[in-house]
Amino acid sequence: MQTSVTTYHPSLSEKDNRALASMFVAYTIMATLWLLFATAVGLLLAYKFGAPDFAPGAWLTFGRLRPIHTNATFYGWASLALVGLAYYVAARSSGTRLYSAKLAWIGLVLFNVAAVAGTIALDLGYSAGDLEYREWPWPIRLIFLAALVVTAWNLIGTVARRNSEDIYLSNWYTIGGVMWTCIIALVAILPWYQYGLGQVSVSGYYMHNAVGMWFTPLALGMFYYALPKLLNRPIYSYALGVFAFWTNLVFYPIIGAHHFLFSPLPWWLQTTAIVFSVAMLVPVWGGSANFLLTMRGRLGDMAHSYPLMFIFVGVVGYLVGSTQGTFEAFRSLQEVWHLTNFTVGHSHLTMYGFVNFAIWGGVYALLPLATGKAPGQLGLSLHFWMAVVGSFIYVISLSIGGTIQGLDWIHGRPFIQSVVDIQSYWVWRGVGGLLMFLSHIVFAWNVWRMSFGPSATAAPYAPRHAEEAAA
Amino acid sequence: MNKLVLIAGGSTLVYACLAVLMGVLPGIELSKTPPGPGVLPLTALQAEGRDVYVANGCSYCHTQQVRPLPQDKIFGRPSAPGDFAYQTPELLGSERTGPDLTNAGVRQPSAVWQYIHLYNPRAVVPESIMPAFDWMFKVVDQALPGMTPVPLPKAYAPPHGVVVPDHQAEALIAYLLSLKQPALPGSSGVEGESTMPSMSSVIGAGTPIAAPGASTVASAPATRGPASAAGGYDVAKGQALFTANCAACHQANGGGLPGAFPPLKGNAAVNDTDPAAHIHAVLHGLQGVKVGGVAYSSPMPPFSGTLNDAAIASIIDYERSSWGNHGRVVTAEQVAAERAKGK
Repeated sequence: MQTSVTTYHPSLSEKDNRALASMFVAYTIMATLWLLFATAVGLLLAYKFGAPDFAPGAWLTFGRLRPIHTNATFYGWASLALVGLAYYVAARSSGTRLYSAKLAWIGLVLFNVAAVAGTIALDLGYSAGDLEYREWPWPIRLIFLAALVVTAWNLIGTVARRNSEDIYLSNWYTIGGVMWTCIIALVAILPWYQYGLGQVSVSGYYMHNAVGMWFTPLALGMFYYALPKLLNRPIYSYALGVFAFWTNLVFYPIIGAHHFLFSPLPWWLQTTAIVFSVAMLVPVWGGSANFLLTMRGRLGDMAHSYPLMFIFVGVVGYLVGSTQGTFEAFRSLQEVWHLTNFTVGHSHLTMYGFVNFAIWGGVYALLPLATGKAPGQLGLSLHFWMAVVGSFIYVISLSIGGTIQGLDWIHGRPFIQSVVDIQSYWVWRGVGGLLMFLSHIVFAWNVWRMSFGPSATAAPYAPRHAEEAAA
Repeated sequence: MNKLVLIAGGSTLVYACLAVLMGVLPGIELSKTPPGPGVLPLTALQAEGRDVYVANGCSYCHTQQVRPLPQDKIFGRPSAPGDFAYQTPELLGSERTGPDLTNAGVRQPSAVWQYIHLYNPRAVVPESIMPAFDWMFKVVDQALPGMTPVPLPKAYAPPHGVVVPDHQAEALIAYLLSLKQPALPGSSGVEGESTMPSMSSVIGAGTPIAAPGASTVASAPATRGPASAAGGYDVAKGQALFTANCAACHQANGGGLPGAFPPLKGNAAVNDTDPAAHIHAVLHGLQGVKVGGVAYSSPMPPFSGTLNDAAIASIIDYERSSWGNHGRVVTAEQVAAERAKGK
C-alpha cells in the first residue's frame, strides 16, 4: 500500500506544472472573491439583528440575503477552493499532469455561472422554496451539477494516469466526494417524490449530505495530503484512514432526519437518524485521531508553520464540531436547542472552524509549492489570529444565546422575551463576525502574494526536519 | 485502473443505494400522505401569498411546525402528517427567531394588525427585529374605493397621504390569515377543552421564573399602576400572559393603537364594577364594537380555547389594575361561570 505522498514526477514538463499552478491559482482567487462577498453579506445580516431598519428594501431584505450568504459560502467559496485543492492534490499525488486543464477551466466557469445566476435569482425573489442550501431555481442547480460532473470526470482521468499501482488515500476522499455530490444534486432536483411531507424527508437528507458528503470528504482528502507534506512524515495509519472512509460513507447518509426531530416525519426515521449520528463518532474520532497522531511530537513545529496551525485548528474543528453534532441529535438536547441560534453556532463551528480552516491550511501549504511564491508572516499571523478569535467569539456567543432562547421557551415566557434576551449575544456575534471578515481581507491579500507576488528565494516552508527526513 | 473502478465506482454505488434508501424512498412514500380532515388547498390569492412568503425567505425566521413539546403549545396543537399535503415547497423551517406561524390565522385574525405589522413590525411590537416590508405598500393622496388604508400610528405614517397595501401584501396577508390548524379527529382541537390542563401546567411551570423576564419586556413603555393595591393575584404572571397574548394589539402601555385597536387604559368595560363584559370579551373575542365612541373593525380573537380560567383571570386582573385602571379584580371561578354561560 502506498503510504507516502508522491513528489514530482520526472516526466512532468515545466509547461504541465505551469498549467496546474495557473488552474490552482484561478480556483483559489475566484473562491476568495466569493468568500469576501458571502461574508460581507453575512456581516450585513448580523448587523440587521440589532438594526432591523438598516438597509431596507426588497433587494436587501433579510430573507433574501440569508440564502445568498449560505449558498455563496457553500457553492462559491468552499466548493471552488476545495475543487482547486483536489485537482492539485490529485495531480501531484499521482505524479502526473491534469487529465485536462481545459476541463478544469470549463468547470470553473460553470461553478461561477451557477453561483452568480443563483445569487441574482435569489435577490430577485426567485427561490425554489426556502429549502436550506438548495434555494437556487433548478435550472441553475443543473449548471452546478454539470460543473460537478466535469470535475469528477477530470479527477478520475487524472488519477487514472497515475504512475503507481495504488491510489493515494486523498483521492479516495476527493473523487468519492465529487461523485456522491453528483447523486445528492440529482436527488435534490428531481421533483417526483417531493410533495408535502415527502419533500421534508428529502430536505433532511439533502441539507446534511450536501455538507457531510461534499465539504467533509474534500477537506479530509486535503488533510491526508497536506499533513504528510508539511511534516515530512507519512500519515500515522493509512488503514485507519481507509476505515474512516468506508464508515463515513455508510453512516453519514442516514443521519439527515435529525434536522427534523419532533416533526411529523415518521418516528422511526428520526430515531434511525439519531442512532447513526452516534455511529458517526467512529469515523470522526478515527479520522481526527489519525491526523493528531500524525502530528504527534511535532506540535512545536506549529510555531514555525502557519499552514500547520490552520490545519490543526481545522482538525480540532472537525473533531469538536462533529462530536457536538452527535450530542445535538439527542432528543433531550434538541428539546432545548432545536430552532434556536445554537444551531447557527454549530453550523459555523463546522463550516468555519473545520472546513474554512482546512481550506486555508491547504492553500497556504500547497499554493506556494505550485507558484513558488509565499505570503508574508505578518499576513499569515493576522489572518490566523483574527479568524481564530473571531470564530471563537461567534460560536460561543450564539451557543449561549441559543441556549437562553431555548430555555425561555421551555419556561413559557412570552415569545418576544426570547428575542430580547439574546440581543446582547447577537452583538457579540457581530463582533466575532467582523473579525472573521477582516481576516478574509488579509487572506485575499495573502492569496494575491502567493499568486502574483515576488517569488520566494528559498523554499517557502522548509520543514525543520527536512534534512533528517531526507537522510 | 481496476482499483480506481473499485474505489470510485464501488463507493458511488454504495452511496447511490443509501441515497435511494434515505432520500428517495421516504420521499416517495411520504409524498402520498393524504390531507388530514379539514386540510384544504389554498385559494389562488393565498397561493400567491405563499409565493411572496417563499420569495422573501420568511421561513428563515418563522417555522411552520408545532412540535409535541410543552413549549410549543402556545403555537397550536402538534403538527400532523396530514397537515402538509398541500405544502410544496415545504416551509417547516429550521429557526424560530420569530414565532411559529402554523396557526397564525387563529392567533392573530386581525388583517389590520397584520398590515400594520407587515409595514413596520415595530409599530405594534416595539421589541421586534423583523424587517419592515413597507416596500409592499404605496402612499396615495386619498384611498380610492376598494383600497383599504392602513391605520398606522403617527410615528410610522408618512407626512402626507395614506398608506395602502399593494397586491403582494394583500396576497401575503391572505395567506397568513389562512394559516389555521383544523381540529384533529378524536380531540376537540384548538378550541377544545382537552388542551387546557396541559396549558395550565406550562404556565404554572413558567410562573416563578417569568417574573424578572417579564419585567424586562415591560421596561419598554409599560406604566403599570401600583399592583399591590389591587392585590389578590400574581402580577408577574398576569403581565407575562398579557405580553404574550394581548400586547401586540393593546400595547404594553394599555393605550392600544388609535384607529386600529382600542385602549384598555380608561376603558369603560375594564373599569366596570361588573366584570361580565370584560370576561366575555376575552373568552369569546369581539368584532365591530365601539369603544369610547370610536368604532373598531378588527376582530379580537377568542381565548376560550387556548387559555384556562385561571390564566384568563390573571390577564383580566392585570388589565383591571394597571395603567391607572381600578376595576375590581376577578377570580377563576367568575371566569368559569361566564364560560359556562357560553357565547
